[in-house]
Amino acid sequence: MNLLLRGKLTAFLVVIGLAACIGLDQLVAFKSYYLDNLSGTFSPQALEILSKVIDPYYLQILIYVGINIILASSLNVVNGYMGEFSVGHAAFMAVGAYAGSLVTVGLFKGVGGTFAFPIALLAGGIAAGFFGLLVAIPSFKTRGDYLAIVTLALNMIVKSVIENIPGLGGPQGYSGMARSTNLAWTFFCVVATIWCIRNLIYSRYGRSIIAVREDEIAAELVGVNTRNAKILAFVISSFFAGIAGVLFAHLIQFINPRTFSVLKSTDVLVMLYLGGAGTMGGPVLGAIVYTIALELLRFLGIWRFVVTPLLLILLMILRPTGIVGGHEIGPLIPTREKEPCFPTND
Amino acid sequence: MPMNGYYGFYHDNLTRRGRLMIQQALNALQLGSIYALIALGYSMVYGVLRLINFAHGDIFMVGSYIALYFAVKLNLGAPLTVLATMAAAAFLGVLIERIAYRPLRSAPRVSAVITALGVGIFLETFTLAVVGPQPQAFPELLPKIIYKFDGIRTSSTQLTIILLSFVLMVALDQFVQRTRTGMAMRALSWDLHLVSLMGVDIDRIVSITFALGTSLAAVAGIFVGLAYPVIDPYMGIMVGWKAFIAAVVGGIGSVRGAMAGGYILGAIEILAVANLPSTYRDMIAFAILLFILLVKPSGFFGSPVSKKV
Repeated sequence: MNLLLRGKLTAFLVVIGLAACIGLDQLVAFKSYYLDNLSGTFSPQALEILSKVIDPYYLQILIYVGINIILASSLNVVNGYMGEFSVGHAAFMAVGAYAGSLVTVGLFKGVGGTFAFPIALLAGGIAAGFFGLLVAIPSFKTRGDYLAIVTLALNMIVKSVIENIPGLGGPQGYSGMARSTNLAWTFFCVVATIWCIRNLIYSRYGRSIIAVREDEIAAELVGVNTRNAKILAFVISSFFAGIAGVLFAHLIQFINPRTFSVLKSTDVLVMLYLGGAGTMGGPVLGAIVYTIALELLRFLGIWRFVVTPLLLILLMILRPTGIVGGHEIGPLIPTREKEPCFPTND
Repeated sequence: MPMNGYYGFYHDNLTRRGRLMIQQALNALQLGSIYALIALGYSMVYGVLRLINFAHGDIFMVGSYIALYFAVKLNLGAPLTVLATMAAAAFLGVLIERIAYRPLRSAPRVSAVITALGVGIFLETFTLAVVGPQPQAFPELLPKIIYKFDGIRTSSTQLTIILLSFVLMVALDQFVQRTRTGMAMRALSWDLHLVSLMGVDIDRIVSITFALGTSLAAVAGIFVGLAYPVIDPYMGIMVGWKAFIAAVVGGIGSVRGAMAGGYILGAIEILAVANLPSTYRDMIAFAILLFILLVKPSGFFGSPVSKKV
């Protein structure tokens, strides 16, 4: 009974959230339409009020928060639940962003964004997931530090390869995408990501992924196919990174190989470990806090970039488990589950 | 000179190719010694603490800026600039270890790695905020004399870099092999806990390791400033990673391996640049890294690590 009620409540909240997001999108769209075309019909006071209603700037920050939640949560599957240290998440984001942009710009040039965008999202995710599969099969011969280096090298290679493909714009970047990413799509993708990852983690496959983290040899001894579990985690993680890439590409409408450098990957790492790896709530909280904090610290000018690494160092020394500290945020645990799920110190 | 026209052509061609090879070898030695100097720091720290010090490339960059300050603002001479920069960088390295890495020595490994990443980004952004993003010209510390020898072109700077790096590396190798401190460093890489039972002051040895590694990286920073006379706050990332590849190629944890890896990577890069478009340069370096990691993760000189139950 409790389970049924909670499920209905969650579905209700998601629908309300989606409706609110669509409403906000429409409001901003109407506002910019009025300001562009009908500004003559308004009095100056009305114009002033209208321009203050909802700033597209805030909407953009909200979308960034959403994209970062997807990135951090997907990295969490590998770094938090599987216990490996992947440092090249931006590579999968890049694959998704370029694949998605190729679909909307190359394949559906004349068709409207509303039709092509969901296909682009899916295509970006699948391309990144497939790329993750290609990478995972040889990479998982190594573990630990070496896997970190492999993923990092991968990030640099992907950036380098894109720079050397003239069809993708090379170092000049790729543009021509419509601004299809809005709050509603972002919200939808965030919910889908969290829902999928939560259900994965609390499923049989998720438990084998966690078993690999706790002790790979012991897991193998009790019959877990550790190789498949690792590859599954990696593919799922890169799939959602690809979706985040498509959202990102259709938000700023211009992608460039330099955007997906190691610095981008480090940003995602900071968000994940700021919130706390190995929990569902950690990366969500980390992405929200990090993105908003960077915006609030804008007054510091160039010094605001000094604050984040300092924050990360202090966090690792004082509270290595992140903000949530290994505790799962209540509503994100299925009712059947009582045990918290976080990395052990080994 | 041979009288036969065909033979003469052949002879001339051979020497031209020979000259080109010597020229490229000199360039490769210069680049390789810079990589090797930085790779030593990665390798030594990994050997002692089992920590990939991701901040090491940025220490190299900071060393370059410290040298710029000493040479231009304080107007110290070349030898004094090098020594003062080494001392300052060593101090920075010890400070970083004391503040950021020591509290995490018994923490999970991943915390230390993330902290190292954080320290690296901190050094980049801090330098960026202090000196600004625009690249700065590095002064010529030594009078630059160009030598032309039978078509081979080299300079006093290039020869100084190659010779001084070699001297420094031999000195370090002897230090690690011959002295008691060096013996303690080697012992630490075998077993940290056992060594402390033998009465070795671990904190002191780790500090010395960091001081040595960072001062060598700072020398590399000066060399990069001399050879490619522009420095910028982000140069540590790419050069640092290349040096890291050199350390992995040689076998991370091994001092001689890091030196060999540096020269190997330098040679491969110079060959790649000579024969391929320059945008392929980084790609080739990282492809080598991937190949080595997948085929022989312990590198050419490293000891294989077995997974214990």
